[in-house]
Amino acid sequence: MKKEVVIIGGGPAGLAAAVKLRERGIREIVILEREENLGGILRQCIHDGFGLTRFRESLSGPEYARRFIERVWALDIPYVTEASVIGLGADRHVTAATRNGLIEYEAEAVVLAMGCRERTRGALAIPGERPAGIYTAGIAQAYINLHNMMIGREAVILGSGDIGMIMARRLTLEGAKVKGVFEILPYPCGLPRNVTQCLDDFGIPLHLSHTVVDIKGRSRLEGVTVARVDESLVPIPGTEYEIPCDSLILSVGLIPENELSLGASVVLDPRTKGPEVDEFFRTNVPGIFAAGNVLQVHDLVDFVSLEAEKLADAVARHLAGGLPPRGGVELSGDGTVGYVLPRRVGGAEDFTLSLRVKRPFRNCEIRVTQAGHLVKSLRLRKAIPAEMIRIPIRAADLAGAGAPAAAGAPASAGPLEVGVLC
Amino acid sequence: MLKEYTCIMCPRGCDIEANIEDDLRLVSTEGAGCPKGLSYLRQELADPRRNLATSARVLGGSMPLVSVRLTGPIPKARIGEALAVIQALRLKAPIQAGQVLIENLNGLGTDVIATRQVPAAGSPEARR
Repeated sequence: MKKEVVIIGGGPAGLAAAVKLRERGIREIVILEREENLGGILRQCIHDGFGLTRFRESLSGPEYARRFIERVWALDIPYVTEASVIGLGADRHVTAATRNGLIEYEAEAVVLAMGCRERTRGALAIPGERPAGIYTAGIAQAYINLHNMMIGREAVILGSGDIGMIMARRLTLEGAKVKGVFEILPYPCGLPRNVTQCLDDFGIPLHLSHTVVDIKGRSRLEGVTVARVDESLVPIPGTEYEIPCDSLILSVGLIPENELSLGASVVLDPRTKGPEVDEFFRTNVPGIFAAGNVLQVHDLVDFVSLEAEKLADAVARHLAGGLPPRGGVELSGDGTVGYVLPRRVGGAEDFTLSLRVKRPFRNCEIRVTQAGHLVKSLRLRKAIPAEMIRIPIRAADLAGAGAPAAAGAPASAGPLEVGVLC
Repeated sequence: MLKEYTCIMCPRGCDIEANIEDDLRLVSTEGAGCPKGLSYLRQELADPRRNLATSARVLGGSMPLVSVRLTGPIPKARIGEALAVIQALRLKAPIQAGQVLIENLNGLGTDVIATRQVPAAGSPEARR
């Protein structure tokens, strides 16, 4: 089947991209979603706080998703649920396994919107036994919020990611005792407001510079051993103590889900673990674009939607043959910066630079420079790794601005560098 | 007395340092990135309020639960009471997104609304 655009994933990124593409007049679209319903991870995020940027009100996850799903219905955008994409080629041939058998698509453009998945105990290599009662935060969330299954009575949470803190509150509301949140780093990994409203409000202790070093239990978890860690995050002998519990919740990071991308020879950025894209969300494979959590793990869904809409603008231009060739100005961050995105731009158009700092800073300045010349400076009272920083960059501020974009030649002034000054 | 607060009005989570007298009277603040910070702090000192998002049991639906929230924040100390009322609900499918499930919950001036639809089990809407 021929399509102008095949969108892989019906979560917030895929939905926003589809709506925007249709609004820009693109007719032949399909969204492929592997779950039974559209909405992605928002379906199980029943807490509120979504949409403050986009809709100026505090919505729950399902409500936020529904705003977009209703647009999909109103615009008659085709979608297939219970459709698992099992193959994507560099030629944009998409194979999906569905209830009606295999469906094959030939797409002019493919939008990668597969989101991310959680890091597991295996990824952390926590020693100990292998009893039941160990869950990633998102799995616990699905059990409780979608399937009405309580996961345990006494829980320990490893990692202070946002979902872990939100689950600490959720478990407490559902009558469980959350004995503590243990974070290996010396600062929380999630947003500060969640420390306040999910932990402090319920008297749940947050232990920084601590980790789980042992897991005990035969068929069901019986307890964990925690220990303090030193500055190199190595457990300090003699600081171990045991906590009896029947559940261990892991909130230890999210990884963009890019198995399909790799199969299509899409190059990933080792730092974001998402595709290496330019300012038009183009991967290295012509016609394959990426946005949302498959590209970079976001803290806020509002920015996922925004990013996917920018992607849709670029895809629409691509279909009309209106995008310049991939630009040659590379972007990178110094040791103070975790990652920067995009990794390359043409320099002829404004774009948004996304980045995360590597560690917390106070009263600092984010500096974007090009060959020693200051392109953009942003002063912040605080910058923390939990919060993605987005900085609009104007093409007019770049060296060699005004040069014809279509030339696609590397700008003579060289790469953009990003760093934090404190 | 100087006290540190984290504003929870938006994801920015500004650190606000507040000078408070007699546990209640705000003398000065520093660090709020917008006016919401100050109103949050005033509210927090006088009458701390939170919203509540949870789920309620549904019978005969395509799923066993419907997610719910309050239409406005309630005093923090009454969250437990609100939760107990919601947990005692036994709703019948179908339920519409936005449907008011409890009006003026315990006289708190806020409603409990469904934040998603739950079609009846086996109905065509269940696969939408």
